[in-house]
Amino acid sequence: MIKVWIRDLLMGVRFAVTGGRPGWTRTLLTGTGVGLGVAVLLLAASVPSAIHAGDVRDVARQYEYVEDAPATDTSVVVTHVFTEYRGKTVGGMLLQPDGDPDRTVTPPGIDRVPTKGEIYVSPKLKRMLDDGDGKLLAERFENAKVVGTIGPEGLSGPADMRFYLGTDTLTAWKDATRTERFGHNTADNDPLPPSMLVLVVVMVVVLLLPIAVFIATAVRFGSEGRDRRLAALRLVGADSAMTHRMAAGEAVTGATLGLLLGGLFFAVGRVLVEKFEVFGYSVYSVDVVPAGWLAALVLLLVPASAVMVTLLAMRKVAISPLGVAREGTDRGRRLWWRLVVLLLGALSLGFFGPSMRGDSTVNEWGIAGGVLLTLVGVTLLLPWAVERVVGRMRGGPLSWQLATRRLQLNSGLAARAVSGVTVAVAGAVALQMLYSSVELRDRSETGQDPGRATMAASHYDVEAPEALDWFERIRKVEGVTEVNGFLVADLVHERAKPDEDGWRAPHQVRIADCDTLRLLIKTDGCRDGDVFLTSDYEEEEYRPEPKPGARFDLHASEYAEDEQLEPLWWTLPKNIRPATTTESPTGELSGGLYVTTGAIDVKELRSVWLEAMLRTDPADRDTVEHIRNLAPVTDRGFQAYELVSTTNSDEFNGIRNALFIGAVVILLLIGASMIVSTIEQLRERKRQLSVLVAFGTKRSTLGMSVLWQTAIPVVLGLVIATGGGIGLGVLLLRMVDESATDWFAFLPLVGAGLLMIALVTVASLPSLWRMMRPDGLRTE
Amino acid sequence: MTSSTTGGAGALLTATALRKTYGTTSALDGADFSINPGEIVAVMGPSGSGKSTLLHCLAGIVTPDEGTVHYRGHELSAMSDAERSALRRGDFGFVFQFGQLVPELTCVENVALPLRLTGVDRKTAEAKAVEWLARLEVDTVRGKRPGQVSGGQGQRVAIARALVATPRVLFADEPTGALDSLNGERVMELLTEAARETRAAVVLVTHESRVAAYSDREVVVRDGKARDLAGMAGAA
Amino acid sequence: MSISHTLLGLLEAGPRHGYDLKRAFDQRFGQDRPLHYGQVYSTMSRLLKNGLVEVDGIEAGDGPERKRYAITDAGITDVGNWLGTPEKPEPYLQSTLYTKVVLALLTGRDAAELLDTQRAEHLRMMRELTRRKTGGDLADQLICDHALFHLEADLRWLELAAARLDKLAREVGA
Repeated sequence: MIKVWIRDLLMGVRFAVTGGRPGWTRTLLTGTGVGLGVAVLLLAASVPSAIHAGDVRDVARQYEYVEDAPATDTSVVVTHVFTEYRGKTVGGMLLQPDGDPDRTVTPPGIDRVPTKGEIYVSPKLKRMLDDGDGKLLAERFENAKVVGTIGPEGLSGPADMRFYLGTDTLTAWKDATRTERFGHNTADNDPLPPSMLVLVVVMVVVLLLPIAVFIATAVRFGSEGRDRRLAALRLVGADSAMTHRMAAGEAVTGATLGLLLGGLFFAVGRVLVEKFEVFGYSVYSVDVVPAGWLAALVLLLVPASAVMVTLLAMRKVAISPLGVAREGTDRGRRLWWRLVVLLLGALSLGFFGPSMRGDSTVNEWGIAGGVLLTLVGVTLLLPWAVERVVGRMRGGPLSWQLATRRLQLNSGLAARAVSGVTVAVAGAVALQMLYSSVELRDRSETGQDPGRATMAASHYDVEAPEALDWFERIRKVEGVTEVNGFLVADLVHERAKPDEDGWRAPHQVRIADCDTLRLLIKTDGCRDGDVFLTSDYEEEEYRPEPKPGARFDLHASEYAEDEQLEPLWWTLPKNIRPATTTESPTGELSGGLYVTTGAIDVKELRSVWLEAMLRTDPADRDTVEHIRNLAPVTDRGFQAYELVSTTNSDEFNGIRNALFIGAVVILLLIGASMIVSTIEQLRERKRQLSVLVAFGTKRSTLGMSVLWQTAIPVVLGLVIATGGGIGLGVLLLRMVDESATDWFAFLPLVGAGLLMIALVTVASLPSLWRMMRPDGLRTE
Repeated sequence: MTSSTTGGAGALLTATALRKTYGTTSALDGADFSINPGEIVAVMGPSGSGKSTLLHCLAGIVTPDEGTVHYRGHELSAMSDAERSALRRGDFGFVFQFGQLVPELTCVENVALPLRLTGVDRKTAEAKAVEWLARLEVDTVRGKRPGQVSGGQGQRVAIARALVATPRVLFADEPTGALDSLNGERVMELLTEAARETRAAVVLVTHESRVAAYSDREVVVRDGKARDLAGMAGAA
Repeated sequence: MSISHTLLGLLEAGPRHGYDLKRAFDQRFGQDRPLHYGQVYSTMSRLLKNGLVEVDGIEAGDGPERKRYAITDAGITDVGNWLGTPEKPEPYLQSTLYTKVVLALLTGRDAAELLDTQRAEHLRMMRELTRRKTGGDLADQLICDHALFHLEADLRWLELAAARLDKLAREVGA
């Protein structure tokens, strides 16, 4: 019994691997199709492990926090620092050993704590510093000596830009922490916001579903030839169970080749993965390990579904010893159950949607299921639509007639080939719509006005005299044309009531010249010496109202325990002028006291926060880096950034491009399979073609008929996909409480689809010309 | 009807009152047929007369709407698909006009196929296949695929395949239909010679009298009825 | 071709005058060479002598003697035997066979049966030739093949005639 089974399966295997070039091509194509699918599935199955590995390492490099830990020989004073360099975040830690650096604990990835003037950098950062790109960054590190690179165990990924800089300026428990251990689990990951989660879920479904469809299509490559072969075997006495086993053997062979190729593609992809960076995240190849159970699932499900698809497809075909008869061709396809699937999808999206408005929990499975059903429903409409539309086509020019008659003969085949296009395009259209809306919302939130200032720099902890120097130094930076700086000082009102801890709520006072104030408030003119109170000033319980004649202590410090200086009183003038706040070029809107520099003795102020709004030469792209370099990375209070009216949405563009590229890749795959099946069909019709040529049919007519034959189903698929995609997009947007903004998200995809039609036609033309040679009339 | 000489108790395969309709066209309309062991019977008739349908019914490939087919006392329509398939494997052989060979397999593999389906191991099966190819004078093409051989060679391979499992009945439907007359004659000679040696009965469907002349007896199918010509001749 | 059997067959449909017989014969079978009246007369006398026909009556008139002939039971049996016996397969049989078919139709006998019988005989002959050919040398083969091709042509004609029997029956009946 088992022997018989094995024999039949092996016979199927034999058919898959022999049969000359067409046989091999078919199997290889199936294998490649399945392989690509498998590779994507394996990569997807690796995402959890890759993310987990990154998380684990990220946790491992966090320091343990024990309040007021004392210094020991192994302890280190540590703090996080970040800086930006050419649009990328560079993060790291300042380390300051308490004792012998060689005995001090180290974060993972380095074997010794750097001392002042020494730095460990990640390989990516090292490359940058080495090839001169990072010259300005090196300055920010005060040209610290690179004493080593951080090992992978201390990095989240190969593209991690990380450093450990030695220092001796930290004070434990003031501006840094003292620790004796790294690897303490500090924070949980923030859960994704619902709209992002919906996005991710939809993306996974949208990307995996065409893969599934593609695998299913790939498994059926060349099934017509196979059915004929099985009929021949039925004649020699194979019963229908045997033929099913042989078909299964054949399908398993293609799927197994697919698994092998998939493994290969996966291995290649795994190596290449280090080159990619998404949202600043990157992944080590070694971390790309498919989750065991997911990989097992792929390994089992792909061959199993290959067999399933094959056997299901065979159920519609009666393979008798005399030949193959396709069933269900006269019956006509029914619409209702396709609509039921679509409706179920839409309903479940509606059902799982609203619940997430109130609380932020999202039923991912519900949404995924809804998206899946909707997309499958949309795809199921295709065979029905193709049959209906094609069935009604009459007349037209000869090329059109040839194509439509051909399609009428087997509309299912055409629809099957295109169903992947429908799924991919519908999903991508919906995603694009979703993205566009989310993107637009984020964009409107910056509020910055690059028309009034192109850059901003700030320092939140400066002594006042120094602050004025800062403005001077910024003004001197190459590329800076104008500086509007102001100071923010916390002044304590004479009669402010201390709370239980003795802390007295300060008034925030903004100090600047009239030119600068005009960027912040609206007044009826401004002269040096004026003091303004804005209309949106808010009273607070512990804070007396700033009335003319009220006195403020310029020497009061934010830190209560700091050494107390004698109070230095500053009195509000009699004439406090009214003003209204306007949005600053940095998008701020702060009410309170605005004071011209002539009205207060700036030099007597203590710790202030300075902010400078700059105009710069747009041609000089490194200006911002030069400004950042005004302070070393150890000076954590200082930052500079460029102002943009909209978020510089590289990330969104990246995702949008990735999505588009993904959809195009799927279209290309489907295009390739269409080319193969078109050529296969042409080969079968070689004789008829020769006859047509023999009585004078023009090449162009036959070429056009191939074009129509591809174009009609693809165009129908695109129309359905566009409609379905927009519908799904609207449903999803409703779910995240957004309204559609990008109604034309489908245009580039439809364009790609049309390009694919052209490609398939052009690629099949050479074989068409070859088939049309008169020697095709010869029977073999 | 003068069919008393056939259809007796010794008949190998008997069909009675077969009726088969495809859509609205009637292919068989009360046809009777019978063949004895080792006998070669030609089934003749104009195209569309139902001779192929008769062959298909006799072989159990097509189930008649009415009537019965008995093979060695068993009724074919009462058998399961698996049983009928087993019959095709072990007891029946088929040769058609063309296109019955499996294009993926080489000629020798094609011939070995029926043996392998009955569980014979590859080596033995292929050795036997080579023997048969030699017998039909086509052992030179053993390694080629069916697409690479000529029509006459292909038919000989098909005959080798039909006879390799020493069937009791060989069904041949226009076996020379796609061949020129010289090739056709040679194929018929080889076919009948081999069939006689293996004592296989042959149901030979043909519209060519020169092909039918290789038989022992003729049956004419006309308007869905089969007419036995045996016993009609011989007066002159 | 047997003229006496043909005339007998024509009589089976009903008694006729000698002259009528000639006309009927010419009309159906005499396209190439019409029958001489003398031939009818001599054939009829021989048939009378053998008891296969009888004189049904004589009409006096101006012209030649007008005897009306009718077929006897023995005559009917004779026609039946003749029609039922296949001709020895040989070239240029068609005129005889045609005559037989038409007469069978005229006399309400089974023309298909007649054709099948002939066909069986042809096939028997062909089978014999085929057997001789397979065993024989090249000369035998060539000779047999010549005969086979001729027989095949006849057989094709037989098949064609069988296929068109209905049409022929309508024409003959008309």
